[in-house]
Amino acid sequence: MVIMKTPLLDVRSLSTHFFTEDGVVKAVEDVSFEIFEGEILSLVGESGCGKSVTGLSLLRLIPTPPGKIASGEIFFDGRNLLKLEEKEMEKVRGNDISMIFQEPMTSLNPVFTIGDQIMEAIQLHQNPDKKEARKKAIEMLDRVKIPSPEARIDSYPHQLSGGMRQRAMIAMALSCQPKLLIADEPTTALDVTIQAQVLRLMREIQREMRMAVMLITHDLGVVAEIADRVAVMYAGRIVEYGPIETIFGEMRHPYTRGLLESIPQLEDKRKRLNAIPGQVPNPMDLPMGCKFHPRCYLMIEDCKKEEPPLFQVNDNHFSRCIRWKVCCY
Amino acid sequence: MNMSENDFLLQVQHLRKYFYRERLFSSDRKPIRAVDDITFSIRRGETLGLVGESGCGKTTAGKSILRLIEPTSGQIFFKGKNIVDLNREELRRLRPYMQFIFQDPYESLNPRMRVGEIVGEGLEVHRVAQGREKVEKVSEILMKVGLHPRDAMRYPHEFSGGQRQRIGIARAISLNPELIIADEPVSALDVSIQAQILNLLMDLRDQLGFTYLFISHDLRIVKHISDRIAVMYLGKIVEMADGEDLFRRPLHPYTQILLQAIPRLKPSGRTQEGPAREELPFHSLEKGCLFQLRCPHSRERCRMEEPILLDQGEDHLVACHFVS
Amino acid sequence: MEQGQLKSFWRYFKRNRLAVGGMAIILVVFFIAGTASLIAPYDPGKTDVSKKLKSPSPEHFLGTDQLGRDVFSRMLYGSRISLSVGFVAVAISLVIGVFVGAVAGYYGRWAETILMRFVDIMLCFPSFFLILTVVALLGPSMMNVMVVIGITSWMGTSRFVRAEFLSLRERDFVHAARALGVKDRRIIFRHILPNALAPVFVAATLDVATAVLVEAGLSFLGFGVQPPAPSWGNILTEGRTYIFDAWWLTVFPGLAILITVLSFNLLGEGLRDALDPRLRGRR
Repeated sequence: MVIMKTPLLDVRSLSTHFFTEDGVVKAVEDVSFEIFEGEILSLVGESGCGKSVTGLSLLRLIPTPPGKIASGEIFFDGRNLLKLEEKEMEKVRGNDISMIFQEPMTSLNPVFTIGDQIMEAIQLHQNPDKKEARKKAIEMLDRVKIPSPEARIDSYPHQLSGGMRQRAMIAMALSCQPKLLIADEPTTALDVTIQAQVLRLMREIQREMRMAVMLITHDLGVVAEIADRVAVMYAGRIVEYGPIETIFGEMRHPYTRGLLESIPQLEDKRKRLNAIPGQVPNPMDLPMGCKFHPRCYLMIEDCKKEEPPLFQVNDNHFSRCIRWKVCCY
Repeated sequence: MNMSENDFLLQVQHLRKYFYRERLFSSDRKPIRAVDDITFSIRRGETLGLVGESGCGKTTAGKSILRLIEPTSGQIFFKGKNIVDLNREELRRLRPYMQFIFQDPYESLNPRMRVGEIVGEGLEVHRVAQGREKVEKVSEILMKVGLHPRDAMRYPHEFSGGQRQRIGIARAISLNPELIIADEPVSALDVSIQAQILNLLMDLRDQLGFTYLFISHDLRIVKHISDRIAVMYLGKIVEMADGEDLFRRPLHPYTQILLQAIPRLKPSGRTQEGPAREELPFHSLEKGCLFQLRCPHSRERCRMEEPILLDQGEDHLVACHFVS
Repeated sequence: MEQGQLKSFWRYFKRNRLAVGGMAIILVVFFIAGTASLIAPYDPGKTDVSKKLKSPSPEHFLGTDQLGRDVFSRMLYGSRISLSVGFVAVAISLVIGVFVGAVAGYYGRWAETILMRFVDIMLCFPSFFLILTVVALLGPSMMNVMVVIGITSWMGTSRFVRAEFLSLRERDFVHAARALGVKDRRIIFRHILPNALAPVFVAATLDVATAVLVEAGLSFLGFGVQPPAPSWGNILTEGRTYIFDAWWLTVFPGLAILITVLSFNLLGEGLRDALDPRLRGRR
């Protein structure tokens, strides 16, 4: 794959905080990453690690108050999204960046047919007549491999199965041909067999359209299946960042390793798993120093003192661990 | 029951649970067959994994076996006694020997009771321990599941999901049961916490000799913890075999598709194009094999006749006309 | 309710200024009712014809009635009657309503059918006329009023409790209790009822307002608390005759009823909003 020099999306030191009555939640802290045209970057981490908030921050969809993008820059196609007027931002949301969510039912309107909703999205951005829009909508449904799209276009969301709904959702998101698709846990609500199909579909379409995808997920299986590069998040920070083969094969952060070893291997049976001990920290009461140190098997005294920066392992692989040289495989 | 079957702790025979939709102005009495004639046994000390996708009836099966919901028909022999025939009081007395672990750690703990009361309730109700003795017993149980004795004074909402699941496990083991039915005990938890809870369940099994019916949609997890695995599809068991055997030679086309769909965790081994058929609503089927519409090998016979679960040797049971 | 929940409940509740105001007024009315004998300047029953129908003055805050009794003192004592009737009637209706609702909701089947059809039948009667009839038959007295309001107003509670029980019965923690072998009675009292009560009490707050109003209505019609005992309702009735000459005889009891009922309603709504997470943050 040809990777262009300038990234499509360039996020620099993004911090998003929530000011609640119990205190400040630093949901995202100093997060930087890039996404290039035609690649799939996956943000992976457990619940509360800040991956979804990062996704919403990119589209400036953080509920304010209590949330606020505290600092950072988000360059998309050369423009800083955080400096745009709300009007211009709306255009970006529909035309250039689309988002799909875990539960398609929450983003599909139950009283309109899926056809209506896709046609609306098409008409909003291009300007075809009704007949043309319908034809396009059928095309989109066909593209996401919904069988007999001419008939399905007049179905209501509840008449479709979970997998079909997610396909319809993808069709809607893609109807305006976005440059970037943000997919937040797109297959988490689906059964394994359906998940495999939807992932394959996303991969195919992404290649065809040379679209960039930011895939937010907790599931390393999904990541392994379709991502090109990975950013592992923990307690609001990116702790490891690199190409997929590196993350799965030569990880340099103990958390990444712990996550992978938490998943049972099909080869071994009845063995104890190498579980990460302890709990995910309370976001309002994060530990000093490295946020992972209380659960880390490599912890030394220095880990408690100050927060490690992202160390460069090689030209495209970074780890936020002062002991990355002895970690991890 | 004859002597040779004595090593079976649980025998489920022709268990059915139908739900009838109530409609005022309609005579449509076609039930939803959540569990439709399933038969299996679990030996003492064995772990049977029950795997299937959402809506296949695995949770309903689990709850019916303990009569937490009343089965429509069938027999359930627990230690040789048919618990379907027991009256309320007899069943209540048998409860300590068979316990349930629930999927959702937020739903399954009474928000208005302290952890100590939750874990100690069984001890109290069955007069195992009271007062001071109960407190000590509860501390002991809490430590067994990796909690601290002083946690007994706290309320469930003060705990994270993983710790709540530990509380649920503590409650389930408080009466020293023989059989534990675990319904998706880790699927609501984060990956790193899943591993902790799985380890705990395996440790408890090794230490206390529990027999598990482990219900899950996650094949990796089921494979990891189970001795034998039963695969459910639309209310029926379509294949049942030793875990290793099932993964080495899945015989039912549905099992094959399921296994293929497991993400490989190795970027180099991405799943290849498989039989990508979208799932279809199952009410449209009048007769024949339930899997016929999704099956890549479906033939005339599959549309006419429903296959039954047959032994293909080495205790490997499959319900398919054309075992491949 | 345990501490954490109580805290967050209070945080949402206190945001609702009107509800807090309602609660403050209710507390004041309570205080007045409790200390009426101490703060009342005159004996509420003492007549003095020489001072009849005096308008409000420093001597008689709210004036005097046709028998020369001090209206202010009568109003203070009247608050006792209004509140007692309100609370006792609601307590009676709660006991019946919770019992019927719990049995119907927990056991289901025929028990549910019989009980809930009975509720439907009870709801067919226009309740105020039912109350009137019963009071007319039993004879008017404060006791009868409380009992009658209680036994004719439990149906809403029972429906509500039944619905709560129906959904709680299928919750996993109730399944878990059943799996442990906990007996029905204990499941009802330890596992289901405590989780169903909060919204029931909220509804009861609103019911108190209704009961206060019903008592006033009954007294106004002469079927309630009997004179010379002062209740806001019968002060109002007696003043009716002099409405053009002595406005204070009707305006003050009327205002007292209005403010008290309004306060209970505001409090009830505030409690409901604060207890229901879905309604939180709408203010």
